[in-house]
This record gives sequence, structure tokens and C-alpha cells, in this order.
Amino acid sequence: MDAHLLSLVIWTPIVGGVLVLATGGDERAPIARKIALAFSIITFLFSLSLYGGFDKTTAVMQFTELAPWIATFNIHYHLGIDGISLPFILLTTFLTVIVVIAGWQIIQTKVAQYMAAFLIMEGLMNGVFSALDAILFYVFWEGMLIPMFIIIGIWGGPNRIYATIKFFLFTLLGSLLMLVAFIYLYQQSRSFSIPDYYLLPLDIKQQILLFIAFFAAFAVKVPMFPVHTWLPDAHVEAPTGGSVILAAIMLKMGGYGFLRFNLPILPDASHALAGVMIALSLIAIIYIALVALVQEDMKKLIAYSSIAHMGFVTLGFFIFNQQGIEGGIAQMISHGFISGALFLCVGVLYDRMHSRQISSYGGVANTMPVFASFMMLFAMANAGLPGTSGFVGEFLVILGAFKVNVWYAVLAGTTLIFGAAYTLWMYKRVIYGAVANDAVEALSDISAREVVFLALLAATVLIMGVWPFPVLDIMHASVENLVAQTAVSKL
Amino acid sequence: MFENMQLIYVAIPLSCLVASIIAGVFGKKIGRAGAHTITISAVALSFVLSLVVYFDVLAGNKFNGSLYTWAISGGVPFEIGFLIDELSATMMAVVTFVSLMVHIYTVGYMHDDPGYQRFFSYIALFTFAMLMLVMSNNFLQLFFGWEAVGLVSYLLIGFWFQRESAIAANLKAFLVNRVGDLGFLLGIAAIAFLFGSLDYSAVFSAAPQAAAVTVPFLGVETTWITLICLLLFVGAMGKSAQVPLHVWLPDSMEGPTPISALIHAATMVTAGIFMIARMSPLYELSETALSVVMVIGAITAFFMALIGLVQNDIKRVVAYSTLSQLGYMTVAMGASAYAAGMFHLVTHAFFKALLFLAAGSVIIAMHHEQDMRAMGGLRKPLPITYLTAVIGTLALVGFPGFSGFFSKDAIIEAVHLSKLPGSGFAYIALTAGVFVTSFYSFRLLFLTFHGRPRMDQEVRRHVKESPWVVTVPLVLLAIPSVVIGAWYVEPMLFGGFFGESLKVLPEHDTLAQLAHEVPDATGVELLLGIMLHGMLAPPFWLFLVGAIAAWVMYIDKPELPGKLAVKFSAIYRTLMNKYGFDEFYERVIARGIRSIGHVFWQIGDAKVIDGWMVNGTARVVGWFSGIIRHIQTGYVYHYAFAMIIGLFLLMTLFLKF
Repeated sequence: MDAHLLSLVIWTPIVGGVLVLATGGDERAPIARKIALAFSIITFLFSLSLYGGFDKTTAVMQFTELAPWIATFNIHYHLGIDGISLPFILLTTFLTVIVVIAGWQIIQTKVAQYMAAFLIMEGLMNGVFSALDAILFYVFWEGMLIPMFIIIGIWGGPNRIYATIKFFLFTLLGSLLMLVAFIYLYQQSRSFSIPDYYLLPLDIKQQILLFIAFFAAFAVKVPMFPVHTWLPDAHVEAPTGGSVILAAIMLKMGGYGFLRFNLPILPDASHALAGVMIALSLIAIIYIALVALVQEDMKKLIAYSSIAHMGFVTLGFFIFNQQGIEGGIAQMISHGFISGALFLCVGVLYDRMHSRQISSYGGVANTMPVFASFMMLFAMANAGLPGTSGFVGEFLVILGAFKVNVWYAVLAGTTLIFGAAYTLWMYKRVIYGAVANDAVEALSDISAREVVFLALLAATVLIMGVWPFPVLDIMHASVENLVAQTAVSKL
Repeated sequence: MFENMQLIYVAIPLSCLVASIIAGVFGKKIGRAGAHTITISAVALSFVLSLVVYFDVLAGNKFNGSLYTWAISGGVPFEIGFLIDELSATMMAVVTFVSLMVHIYTVGYMHDDPGYQRFFSYIALFTFAMLMLVMSNNFLQLFFGWEAVGLVSYLLIGFWFQRESAIAANLKAFLVNRVGDLGFLLGIAAIAFLFGSLDYSAVFSAAPQAAAVTVPFLGVETTWITLICLLLFVGAMGKSAQVPLHVWLPDSMEGPTPISALIHAATMVTAGIFMIARMSPLYELSETALSVVMVIGAITAFFMALIGLVQNDIKRVVAYSTLSQLGYMTVAMGASAYAAGMFHLVTHAFFKALLFLAAGSVIIAMHHEQDMRAMGGLRKPLPITYLTAVIGTLALVGFPGFSGFFSKDAIIEAVHLSKLPGSGFAYIALTAGVFVTSFYSFRLLFLTFHGRPRMDQEVRRHVKESPWVVTVPLVLLAIPSVVIGAWYVEPMLFGGFFGESLKVLPEHDTLAQLAHEVPDATGVELLLGIMLHGMLAPPFWLFLVGAIAAWVMYIDKPELPGKLAVKFSAIYRTLMNKYGFDEFYERVIARGIRSIGHVFWQIGDAKVIDGWMVNGTARVVGWFSGIIRHIQTGYVYHYAFAMIIGLFLLMTLFLKF
């Protein structure tokens, strides 16, 4: 079984999704929910055994599977993971369980389809993180857009059509350029194997052009300034579960792409364009933080906060040292938990009040004290408080950036102030204060089901904050190898 | 003394954490009595164990070791661990003692509050965080504790979260502290960069070799050590409320009084002072940094005391007094009189906690009235509170023999002996500050406890002394406020009490010079000598003048202050406006940043990126296809016509060339 563990992690949820679909209409919703939960938990357990069997001392791809797929073009069903992909797979499988629980009662129409969409998306996302063949990667990459497109388009808010089209066009445009890059690389190497590309000699001009093509795909996903404007719109319209997966996992694809493609395949272009990448990252950290500060809509605020946090990720990657890259990855993992939790918190409020406007709230702590405590924790984690996972990545990236240029660290460090400002100001206006209106007065505190998913996330955020050692430990060998690859010129 | 001291080290902070979690999570189940029983027992246990550790350390058993590895990255291990030496043992004893007193006091003070359990959970959590801070053996954990105490401070200032003023104050406190923390974190990053380790002992032992390494910063060539010390000091300025990052501390008085005593007087705000003392091996290597520390401290000590003169809220007077006293400690650090600064930190922790808790006792008696103009004559109905407040005041103003006298005089004398740039200014500021301190302290005493009662009849009839849970901590704090100075002046200032934990270079050693000026004696003889010496020095006379001036203005001629306020209205207004820091931060900085945010959002994101680039692209595509569409009419004769025209054009081209 070990030999096909990756396939299991990819295909179990997809099969589960099909099964859930087969339950049909909403009259059989209870059984659809149970099947979905069962499959998401089984997948999570599979991913745990990936972790159990993972050898963290080596950077070599593990759990590899190789089978011919389209022989004419030398395309293979080629899977494998290293210490960089494994954390993302764990993140995906964990959050899918959370999302299934979170959608348990909230989604009352087209339940089977909703659950199926998330399960299928989970499989495809796991595929992205474990594909070692460029075309396979591309298929998973584009495939996962479809469920998300459906999730926003069907269960989304009033302006969902505009948001989905914007989301789709932005990401598709980028991905098409990535496909062109793959075809070009195939022309050069007669192979679609990603590890082959690492050894492929490319001159600086080729590298720069390929870099731009990949950049188009990944920068949109991260998203980096200035191609970030689809994200707030998509989040605002997405249902809670969609927002969680979007922020927690889909955004990470961009960062993952930079690590898997740009840095190792195009080391010279990466160094040549590092200045631009760092500048865009710092703009994201400061500019976007200020934009977040003045948002009136909670989901938009968290969406902008996500972009600012992702700025740390790209900053960490393009300073090319181990602390920066590990910090960037840690930041992605942690942001998965925290942004997911914050979107769930907004969802909890939205389910009760049907408003995302900050001004509709005030004094929620009076009527929902348990919820207020959870949200305090996640708000502090979002502000990067030490002891929560939010601190780990920011700390390492600042340490890494300081080595390269003091001013990078100073500018990135402003997140300490701005991150706290926008998060806690929102918290103050929504949660603190006297009861603002009758609707807040009538709120009921979170249910046992809501406690379960918030507590799971809270525990994860705290454990990773107090002891990030295991998370960083599994990636050391792979990141060290990546830093070495990036340091060797292909010219 | 014990087989396994390390278990005790772990138990000291952990017991508070466990109690905090139980009181917080299961507060409803265990009820009010359950919550205060478990937290008080836990803190009492911490206190007893801290005493065990304290005497163990004095017996020569120190410890430096790690508990677990937090993370490893880029070859740098980040550890969580303890450094138990004279400095941390002293802090642990002070923190747990004051915390215990405050815990007990809270039973009375928060008696009717619906958030009773939550409050106990917070203060126990605070004790845990503060202990982790002082016990740390590395910069990372120091920062953990640093931020964690900031978090609890935030939670407690906003404890009464229905009040708009409280939740504005806690946000302000957190953000201002975060400005300091940015400096602090960059300082830590610089240390990691320069030394490749965040472990105290590794950094301190490598520091002398690194002292000469320079770095260009903002166009000035400076040493790395100076840069690191200044960055760390920015953190201390936030946490220990030094100008210009002091603005959060007065507002923090929105929190319940017990935490004003514990967090915003005795312990958390002294974390910056403790940090500088802990980093003395670094600060000793940078005279520039020491000078900056001294000047900032002196500005805070004098100018914040002045604001205390015009405050009418009883807690705010004590708060400005705290700011000013923190300035004194900071100056001591700058003058390399670390031991004197730490000594003052300890005495101050007792007498300032006492003053706050006494103020709280008055507030309870007055049914949560805090304006001193509505008080007066309270010494009769509140005898214990009055007596302990007098003791606290005498300790604060430095009445000979009381604890504050020894510690404050030592600082002033040390600054007098310092040769660093800025020491002259600092000496004048601190000496003048003695007069101001004396004046506002006695003003508080006179306005509150003396004179004719100014409250209305209804309140007056109900004024009665607080219950024992309130008065017992007052008495227990009053005792050290009197004796701790005399008790420790000899070992702490001249006896090398802190041993290896503080480092002073011989050329900076102001306390060693001071030792030559005091009589060469021990025990009572030394105390009498110091007191005699003190009574001949200017601070003593300034204290007397201040006390007399307060008596004249608030007892003898109560109409005088009003007249003076009118006569010197410009000065009065400046002080009432607190020099305009708040207005500047609110109107210029906070509002400015929000406006920039709006511009970025509405113009950058909405207009330029979405308006021109995204939707603009869509519009261009639409416009272009609109034109192209006209060509594709679908009529065969249009296409035939186009073909014929094309054919002609091609033929013309062929024929011509």
C-alpha cells in the first residue's frame, strides 16, 4: 500500500466525491454529509501515514509512482513528494475535514454537490502538490479551478458571476502562459519530467522568458501586487467553505510553484529578477496592509490581510537563504490555518446576521463570549503574536531578510504594527463595545459543532506556535537542497 | 538545597499557566470561589518556590540550560530555556509576591464583577508570561514573554470591553507597544545576524570581540553593538513607556485597578529596565547607546512628573508618577548603575503597587469615583488605607529611611558621577524631579485624605474601610515599602549582590565611585551614614520644599492652585494637553495612515488596477471586437466585393514590381 499512498491521497477523495454525488437530491443529504466526512477523514489518515513514513533526512523525492500516460509525448503519471510538498498535503487534507464539518448545517441546498465539489477539489489539490510531470501538474492545476468556480458560482453571494469570471480569467490567463512554458521546456528537453528540468541548461534569455511565463501563473495565484484584485472579490462572494479553501490552500499553489519551478529551474533569472520580486513583496506587505486597514467588509479585510501575509512568503523565497525559504513555507502553512479560521469566524457571524459589514456589528462579546475568545486567539495569530503559528514564518523571514539587507527587514517588520492595527481594529469594532443593536443582542453563542472546528484550528495554531520544530524539521533537507540548486548558476 | 531544582524552575511559571487555563476554560464550572482558589494557590506556590530558588541562588547555585528546542533554521537553533541567577531570582521573587498580593486584593476589588473568573485567568496568565520573560536564557523567549505580557495587558486594559474608552485605550497600548516591538525584533534579528545565536551566554561572551565591527546606518558609521543596543532600547521605550512611546500608559488606567498595580506599575512596565540590565554586557560596549538611554530616561522622569501635577484622577496621578519613576530607572541604566536601577525597580514595585492598591481602596470606598476633587477628608473613615498610602508616599518621595530614599538617591548620585554626554542634563532633571514628585504625591495625599470632604452626603454616609482581602495586601506591601531599602542597600549597591549577572566596565562604574563617598562602615552605621549624607544633599531639601508647597496650596490656601492655573494658563494648558503627543499621534499619524490606506484602495486598487488595467483591458477588447464586427456582416456580396478589391490590389502590386 505504501507504494501507492500518494495515489490514494489523490484518488480517495475524488472517488468519495463521485459517491457523494451519487446520493442525489437533498432528501438524502444526511447520508451525503456522512460519506463526505468519512472520506475526508480517511484521506487525512492516509496523509498522516505519508508523514509517518516520510524520511526527513533526504531531499530525494519519496513515495514516487511512475507509469506511462501518453507515451508519444513522453508524458507520465509521475508522482512524488519531498519536504516542501508534504506540509501542503497535510494542510489540504486537514482543512478539508474542517470544511466538511463547517458546512454540515449551513449548506441546506444541493448538499451532495457541495460536499462532492470539496472532496474532488481536495484530490486535485493533492495532485498539484505531488505531481512530478509537468502535464500532470497542469491538469491538476487547471482541474482544481473547476470545483472552485462551481462553489463560488452556485453557493456564492449576489455578485458571484462577476467574481467568478474575474477569478477564472485572471488565473486562466496566467496558467496558459505556464503551459506555453512547459511546451517550450519540452522542446528543449524532450521531457515533461519536472526533475529533468532542474538539470536542463538554459541561457539567461530563455530563463528570463520562462520566468515571466511562470510568474504570470504563480503571481496571480499567490496573489502578488498588482494582480491581486481578483482575490477580495472572489472571497466576498464565495461561501465560507470556499473562502477557507481559497485562502488556505489555493493561494499556496502560487508559492509552491515558485519553489518547484522558478527557483530550481531558473536560478539565474531568479537572481536577476529578485529585486523586482522583493519590491513587489514589500509593496504587498505595506501597501496592502494599509488598504486592509480601511476595509468596511470583514471578508475583504481578511482577503487583503492574506495578500499582505503572502508578501512575506515571496519575500522569504527571493532572499535565497534557508531561513527565508523555510520562513516562507512556515508562513504559508500557518496562514492556511489562521486565514481559514478567520473566514470560518466571519462565516459564524454571517450565518447569524447575514452581514459582513463591520458596521453591522459591535459588542458581540456580550452575547457570544466563547466565540469572542476564539476569535481573539485567531486575531492575535493573524497579528503574528509569538506563541501562535503566525509568528514563526514572519520571524524567520525577518531574520533571513536582515542578512540580505537591513531595510528589507525594517519594511517587512512594519507588519508588526499594521498587521496588529487592521486585525485588532476590526476586532474592536465587531467584538468589543456595548451591544450595538437588537440583532447583536439576539445572537446565540457558537454551537458544539462550531466549537469543534474552531477548537481544532486553535489547537493547531497554538501547537505550531509553541513548537514549530516538527514542521520545520521535515523541510530542512529539501530546502537545503533547494538553496543549493538556486546557488548554482546554469550559465 | 533540593535534589531537582530544575523541576522547581519549570513548576514556577507552569503552575500559573495551568491555573489560568483552568480558570479561563472551566470558569463557569468551578465558579467564582473555584477560580480564585486555584489561581491564588498556584501563584502562592510560585511565590514559595521562587523564594526557594532565590535562597538557593544566593547560596551559589545558578542554572543556565535549555528546556526544549523551539525550532532550528539556517543552522541557528532557537531554544526555550532558563537562566537562573541573581537577577532573574530577584525578579521572580518580586513578580510572584506582588502578583500574589494583587490576586488576593482582587477577591475584594472585583467582588461584584461579572467577569470575575476571566479576570483571574488573565492575571494568572500574566504571571506566567512575566516569569517566562525574566527567567529566559535567550532573546527569542525574551521576546515571547515580552509580547505575551503585552497581550495580557491588552486584554486587561480592555477588560471592561463595553466601555468605549477602555477598548480605545487597549488598542492604543497594543499598537504603541508594537512600534517598540518592531525595534526590539530588529535588534534580535541583528543579534542573530552578527552572532549566529540568540543565546545570552553565547552572545555576551562573543560581544567584546564584535564591539569594533562597524556598519553604516542612515549615513553614519556606527558599531553593530550600538545599533543593536539602540534597537533593543526602542523596545524598552515601548514597554517601559519612555518618551515618545509613553502615551499608552496613562490611558491604560482604564483597566481595573489591581492590574494597574501589577502590570502597569510593578512588573510589566519594568520589563524594559530589566531587559537593559540583563543586556548590560552589550550596553557597556556602547557609550552612545548609554547616553541615549540616559537622556530619554531623564526627559521622561522630569516632564512626565510635571503632567502629574495637574491631573485630577487619582489613578492618573499615580500613573504619571510611574512614568516618571521608570524614567529614573532608565537613567540609572544609562549611567551604568544597573544595580541601583534594579534596586529602584524592586523598591518601586512594592511602594507603587501599594499606592495603586491604596488608590483602588479609595475608589471602592467612593463607589468608583476617581476624581480627587470629589474626595477629601477620607483619612478618618479609611484609616488603614490612609496609613498605608502615607507609607507609600513617603517611600516614593524618598523620605530618609524609607525604601525609595535609598534607591532613588543612589540613582541621582550615580548620575552625578557619570561622565557620559548628557549626564549633566540628567542630573538636573532628576534632581528637579524630586521636587515635582514630592509636590504631586503630597497633593494627592492632601486632596484625597485631608481637608474638608467634598463628596455629596449620600456617598459620604456610605464611605467605609475596605474588607480584609483589600487591606491585608496593603499592609503586606507597606512592610517592604518601609524596610526593603534599608535591608538591601548594602548588598545591592555596594556588596555585589547581582554578582556576574550585571556587567559594568571599570570606567563606567559609578556605583563603585559612589562607594567611596559613603562612610566605610556596615550595618546600622552604614544606614545612618547614608541617611545623614542624603539629608545634606539637595534632593532631600527639594522633597521638603515640595511637601510644604503642596501643603500651602491644598491645605492652607486651597484657592491658590486655581489662581495659578489662570495666571500661568499657557503652561497649565500644555500640561493638561500632555504636550500634545496624543493629538499629534491621533490627528497626524493615525489619521494620515488611514488616509493613505484610502488612497491606495480607492485610487490604486479600484481605479488604476481594476479600472484601467483589468476592466480597461476588457473594454479595449470589447471596443475592438465592436469594430471588427462591422466587417463580418454575413452578406455574400460584401465578401465578394472585398475579394475583388483585394484581387485588384494584389494585381496592382504584381504589375508594378
